Amino acid sequence: MKLTLHVWRQKNSTAPGQFVRYEANDVNTHMSFLEMLDVVNEELILKGEEPIAFDHDCREGICGTCGSMVNGLAHGGHKGATLCQLHMRFFKDGDEVWLEPWRARAFPVIRDLVVDRGALDRIVASGGYVSVPTGSAPDGNAVAVPKPDADRSMDAACCIGCGACVAACPNAAVALFLGAKITHLGSLPQGQPERMDRALKMVARARQEVFGYCTNIGECEAACPKEIKLDVIARTNRDFLRASFTRSPEAKQVAG
Amino acid sequence: MQLDSRVPSGPIETRWQRRKFEMKLVNPANKRKYTVIVVGSGLAGAAGAASLAELGYNVNCFCYQDSPRRAHSIAAQGGINAAKNYQNDGDSVHRLFYDTVKGGDFRARESNVYRLAEVSDNIIDQCVAQGVPFAREYGGVLSNRSFGGAQVSRTFYARGQTGQQLLLGAYQALQRQIAAGGVRMFPRTEMLDLVVAGGRARGIVTRDMVTGKIETHVADAVVLATGGYGNVFYLSTMAKGCSATAIWRAYKRGALFANPCFTQIHPTCIPVTGEYQSKLTLMSESLRNDGRIWVPKAKGDKRAPDAIPEAERDYFLERRYPSFGNLAPRDISSRAAKVVCDEGLGVGESGLGVYLDFAEPIQRLGRKTIAERYGNLFDMYALITGEDPYRVPMRIFPAIHYTMGGLWVDYHLMSNVPGLFVAGEANFSDHGANRLGASALMQGLADGYFVLPYVMGDYLAQTKFDKLDPAQADFRETHAGVESRIKRLLAAKGKRTVDSFHRELGKILWDNCGMGRNAKGLELALAKIPEIREEYWKNVIVPGVNEEFNQSLEKAGRVADFFELAELMCLDALERDESCGGHFREEFQTEEGEARRDDENFSHVAAWGYQGDGHRPARYIEPLIFEYAKPAQRSYK
Repeated sequence: MKLTLHVWRQKNSTAPGQFVRYEANDVNTHMSFLEMLDVVNEELILKGEEPIAFDHDCREGICGTCGSMVNGLAHGGHKGATLCQLHMRFFKDGDEVWLEPWRARAFPVIRDLVVDRGALDRIVASGGYVSVPTGSAPDGNAVAVPKPDADRSMDAACCIGCGACVAACPNAAVALFLGAKITHLGSLPQGQPERMDRALKMVARARQEVFGYCTNIGECEAACPKEIKLDVIARTNRDFLRASFTRSPEAKQVAG
Repeated sequence: MQLDSRVPSGPIETRWQRRKFEMKLVNPANKRKYTVIVVGSGLAGAAGAASLAELGYNVNCFCYQDSPRRAHSIAAQGGINAAKNYQNDGDSVHRLFYDTVKGGDFRARESNVYRLAEVSDNIIDQCVAQGVPFAREYGGVLSNRSFGGAQVSRTFYARGQTGQQLLLGAYQALQRQIAAGGVRMFPRTEMLDLVVAGGRARGIVTRDMVTGKIETHVADAVVLATGGYGNVFYLSTMAKGCSATAIWRAYKRGALFANPCFTQIHPTCIPVTGEYQSKLTLMSESLRNDGRIWVPKAKGDKRAPDAIPEAERDYFLERRYPSFGNLAPRDISSRAAKVVCDEGLGVGESGLGVYLDFAEPIQRLGRKTIAERYGNLFDMYALITGEDPYRVPMRIFPAIHYTMGGLWVDYHLMSNVPGLFVAGEANFSDHGANRLGASALMQGLADGYFVLPYVMGDYLAQTKFDKLDPAQADFRETHAGVESRIKRLLAAKGKRTVDSFHRELGKILWDNCGMGRNAKGLELALAKIPEIREEYWKNVIVPGVNEEFNQSLEKAGRVADFFELAELMCLDALERDESCGGHFREEFQTEEGEARRDDENFSHVAAWGYQGDGHRPARYIEPLIFEYAKPAQRSYK
């Protein structure tokens, strides 16, 4: 089948960008979306043009590297799938496809469809961990974890940090990503000692980065390739609120 | 060259304990005076970088991904082994050790493997404490499952994404150290060369993948935790960015490359559909716990799988290996699938596939239980193939998945270049000629959390370091070498893309140095590879310039290194006149078609030393001594 692509091309973070039209002839339904782009790129290179830059790595939906807006939908809008898992059988001959990078001030464009998601790492660095130096752990079965707690934690821990939630949100809020980490760690007994501080620190850090505020629209949940549920945001709010009341002013200051 | 493995003597159970006591320590106040470079941020790299920083060392950590959380350890699905014996089914450190040595077809170093089994329990404890959401039983205790090559249940797992969860644990520990100032992180930065000064590894040269800036970094020790080189085959289950560049550059700076021909083929991957295929997707081996593998008994049987009656199916693994059945180790299962496909019994359009059928377990256990165990894997399969594995059997075929070979290291994970440590898949040390499932995660974390912190201190404490300046000759020359190589690639301005060369190379390797190898094919590959390599440097086209985000240039450098590595792999495979583990030389097989080892002549590690371009590398030998796991023909019948 044949497709017409309109791809956002931008040389670097400071250059202005624009949509450029490409024809993808010879698209096979077994191809993945990224393989289709590979084929387009091979042709561009042979024509002496610069290929479309796009981020990708594992190509099996777990590393969280890939991701673009496809016709306005993060990862192409196929339920529970990243862009690399999107296959061309979901398109039909003659389709026009608009490809854009994640749109968010917190994710500056590096080139074409590639953005800088360092803000997500900085949020984790602010408190998204359990402080347990190597060697100081008790036996793995010393603390029993009720299965429902472990399952809830696992549901949230599935987050691959791709940034689709931010890109899909009209406010470019990072609430789902943040909530996933807070729920992952906060659902387990191991995460309890730092639970309050974690909420304070991570929310504070997210504010310092230029993410918007969450207004409970729910686009993030719909866009999440790992189907993280909106209630993780409620959990962030609950932990943050409780921490704001219960933690001493000094502790809050340390947390920022 | 004499290879000194520095293995401690005495009873194997006490070796690591004793060595830890013998090792020199660095005074806590002095630790911050040392800088350690860690290249790679997967399980071994992130765990090592975080643990070293916790001790007080200055760590500079590099990864090519945009975030350390994306390293390819993330893709491991099935689980991680540990000798906890929580299931009361007879597991022990000794049994895990024995299974791993046997699984590796008696080509691994006993002491290293024993240490691996010994610290496996600590890994689980550490990960649980970090908040890794391992699967639990209703009573709240950790759950286990069985895996290929073992008859006990010792695999811990987090749904079908154990790798991601363990990596997030290590990544979070790393982020904590970054925030604390112990680690400086360099994402989107690729190591392009190693600097050896005064006979020691003292730094690296990197390229900033966003700006193209080439930089030199000086340190007191360098750790390479850059993973395996499976992408030399072009099609593999590895992430697209995985490369051999870091270890290959180190090899060309004098580090020995051990057993390069030991590559692992994973039996359960989704079959190839066409020329455009960019990578292969693995279906976790854990599926073989319940799924049954079969092909039709009649050649060219084109009936739908459910129309083929039981009597006309060949469950070839259950038939050939009744005691392990569908859980036979990876090399054996892969080869068995190749055999039936070679006989023309394969299924699917290409005939390169076998069925992995869940009809019987779904009937026995119910769809819900199967969905709970493998739900996300089934979803992944359905997404890629458009077929529903709850109703139609999966089609699978073997694919390159892991490389047991790697840089040679001693018991201290140090290569023959002093100060150059190699951890995780990048080294050769623990898996011999074949790795058992759920052991890669174990090795990465063992090296990172529980070995590197000790051996690093020992090295730093007893070494006198000269003050170095990045402006001095060794650094300047390495830096200049990197720049001129990039210029050469950009200047070729030929007519073929990097990928087209890479695909061609991959095909040659897969045909001649893949699941089955023979002298004739290897010689053919050894003749062809240099020809294509020569064409590559003349006829490759790399658009753009260095001073920008340039993915074609990144690929071009990696493929150039793959060309050289491919040759070494074939050379190693040709020299090893025996079959063992993943290295199956067709000339050396038993009457039943099993691998025939030659312990008399090949019970050794082959470590190759670079002798200059155009010169045959030197082959050095480290004899392997088995005191505790006596070599026997591996039988899973």
